[in-house]
Amino acid sequence: MVVVGAGMVGAACALYAARAGLDVILVDRGPVAGGTTGAGEGNLLVSDKEPGPELHLALLSARLWGELAQELGTAVEYEPKGGLVVASTPDGLTALARLAAGQRAAGVRTVPVDASELRSLEPHLAPGLAGGVLYPQDAQVMPTLAAAHLARASGARLETGRTVTRVLRGADGAVRGVRTDRGDLLAPAVVNAAGTWGGEVAALAGVPLPVLPRRGFVLVTEPLPRRVRHKVYAADYVADVASDSAALQTSPVVEGTAAGPVLIGASRERVGFDRSFSLPVVRALAAGATRLFPFLDDVRVMRTYLGFRPYLPDHLPALGPDPRVPGLFHACGHEGAGIGLATGSGQLIAQALTGGTPELDLTPFRPDRFAEEATA
Amino acid sequence: MSERRPVLAVIGAGPAGLAATLAAAARGVRVTLIDSGTQAGGQFYRQPAPGLGARRPQALHHQWRTWERLRTGLDTRLADGRVTHLTDHHVCWVERDSSVEGEPVRDDPAAPGFTVHALLGPEQRESVAIRAHGVLLATGAYEKVLPFPGWTLPGVVTAGGAQALLKGGLTLPGRTAVVAGTGPLLLPVATGLAAAGARVVALVESAGPRDFVRRSRSLAGAPDKLAEGAGYAARLLRHRVSVKARHTVLEAHGVERLESVTVAALGPDGRPRPGTALRLPCDTLAVGHGLLPHTDLADGLGCRLDGPAVRVDDEQRTDVPGVWAAGESTGVGGAALSLAEGHLAGRSAAARLHGTAPDPARRTRAARTRTRLRAFSEGLAGAFAPPAHWAELVTDETVVCRCEEVTAGAVREAVGSLGAGDLRTVKLLTRAGMGWCQGRMCESGVAGVAGCAATPARRLPARPVPLGMLAAPTDDPPPAR
Repeated sequence: MVVVGAGMVGAACALYAARAGLDVILVDRGPVAGGTTGAGEGNLLVSDKEPGPELHLALLSARLWGELAQELGTAVEYEPKGGLVVASTPDGLTALARLAAGQRAAGVRTVPVDASELRSLEPHLAPGLAGGVLYPQDAQVMPTLAAAHLARASGARLETGRTVTRVLRGADGAVRGVRTDRGDLLAPAVVNAAGTWGGEVAALAGVPLPVLPRRGFVLVTEPLPRRVRHKVYAADYVADVASDSAALQTSPVVEGTAAGPVLIGASRERVGFDRSFSLPVVRALAAGATRLFPFLDDVRVMRTYLGFRPYLPDHLPALGPDPRVPGLFHACGHEGAGIGLATGSGQLIAQALTGGTPELDLTPFRPDRFAEEATA
Repeated sequence: MSERRPVLAVIGAGPAGLAATLAAAARGVRVTLIDSGTQAGGQFYRQPAPGLGARRPQALHHQWRTWERLRTGLDTRLADGRVTHLTDHHVCWVERDSSVEGEPVRDDPAAPGFTVHALLGPEQRESVAIRAHGVLLATGAYEKVLPFPGWTLPGVVTAGGAQALLKGGLTLPGRTAVVAGTGPLLLPVATGLAAAGARVVALVESAGPRDFVRRSRSLAGAPDKLAEGAGYAARLLRHRVSVKARHTVLEAHGVERLESVTVAALGPDGRPRPGTALRLPCDTLAVGHGLLPHTDLADGLGCRLDGPAVRVDDEQRTDVPGVWAAGESTGVGGAALSLAEGHLAGRSAAARLHGTAPDPARRTRAARTRTRLRAFSEGLAGAFAPPAHWAELVTDETVVCRCEEVTAGAVREAVGSLGAGDLRTVKLLTRAGMGWCQGRMCESGVAGVAGCAATPARRLPARPVPLGMLAAPTDDPPPAR
């Protein structure tokens, strides 16, 4: 089979497909992790998902990441550090507690943290917060390392710097492989793991898939001794993730890294593929982060980076076989959660490819669920 | 009266920035000259600290008279209030006022279209915001240094670093020195070290005479520059500096610090010729491989780059309205070219900020000088080049990124088995270039070892900025019109 896209999701698809006994070619027009993966923070979060199909996928993925960490944990800088979601007001805390109750019912481990306990978990948090919830299953990897090491561990033939120009289909309409700028790669199955560019790859097979970019900035500070222990963010982040608004939204997600710098991320804007530096966005992130951790006032930002998170109109990925094109599978549109959801997505794609019954119901992720809107 | 004049922010007080400042101020513009140094002059006219009581600083500078003219001109403008000189101001970014985005400056000359954010040195914990109607980037260049085994030993310094020490502190960095690498900077460094009393054992230059003969036409266009080169040659001879053309450093040796270097002759294929290795005892190795333009601020403003340099038109305008660039940031070419470009940029800025056009640039002397010196510097840039296969000499154990202590072996692994194909992925996989210098020291070296293009990475802010300052920036009132 051919996997198009050597980012995190493509690498995970390659790994699980190879372990299911398939021969895999991983092809990308750029290098490994050259798109959204290389511009991400490496969040493996269950805490930011509302109960529903995405949360199920996140729980499956978290379990699989834990298993992979046994063999690759150090190489990919896996840290099962847990997430701490904080609320600044009693109302915010009530809403957070309600969300956590629903998540708990779906199988998420949640630990309520009252205001007095917050600082024992995170000694440098701002005073005066109303409380929070600890999510022990939240974890982190270094996304570029993760994609590169999963791709290597898969044993897949890696074809980087090679652009797919067409998805080849036989007389019966079934997939035969892909045409690239350097020759054809033949296979009875093609997985579209092209992330933000997944819509373009779908179009090469003749089917619409409305993947759109959402711009996100991340700030990186100077290296520090570990002072932020968890992934810490404000409760409004959950609302932002599910938002349909085009306007800038920023809720600070603050975390330390194994290498020392603190990452501050999670701005979200729908501005197309605009790569220009945006001072208002960077300011909003800085303001949010310093509100949570006042000590950051004096900590210096070394650099900023930006990426484009691929999303579909209902904020769920496209995952599974495409009934419109036999042999075409999709694993894209994971928005800002692609690193975390990659393992589960890879596993489900491998199960679908080998004719088994995927361990999650793929119906909510059907790639053709937007077909009518797109053609209307 | 003067309060009604438009304001031009000139960033950088080296040759280009000073020439631009004087040209613009002479044409009715108020100039805010912003520079990180404590005195004007930049790297080229770097001045010794006053406390050192240097009696003859001109001994280390050529074109001293040009400098005196610039200095006098600046003093006059400072006195009449046309120019404000902000020293020890470290610019971290320039912000375009969105209300005038995309609008040509001349259509709305009243709009102060830019805010320059600068940290105040040396602590860099406080900031100021400086408003201006136009911005002129004269941000200069930084040194390119390629790695080799032993280059991280104490005693190995950059050529520019050695020169800055000589010019700024008048101290002698060591007693027995080798100067190595490639580029016109090596000549003044070698003669400067020798004049300051060091024994310069050798000047090791990877380019050879034939590289210059091949470009003799463009080089002959600037006889004064050739004469300058001849002057250096005479001084090298006088100080008994052995000039080793078409040679390269293979390795620097030492336990605690530098004790010696091994150099070898280069064959026609650009690789060291077997049997030519020579060990030279020394305690100082000044090494440099040319200069690279500072483009962070231009890039952050959205200015288009041509390769590593800012793209400008005949008037030194970038493709962003209201932003000019001059000097090394638009392509490395030396102080004389920077002066010409700065002058042209200052004239254009003054005219455009007043809603008029400058005199046709082609007819002016500065424009002719610019044309001639650009051809000359292109010829030089082609002649001075590191050995074609220098990266092969970098052993796997050699640290290529000093901030993050990344070895050449780690870079090669990222390319070989982890699928990195460009500098960005190499950086993400190895952390090379993610440290304090943000790749300025190692970018060329890492790219060479990885075998990929040295694409300049987006790296705003141009210098580290405290988060608190980002969150709540100071806001100065816009300049009065």
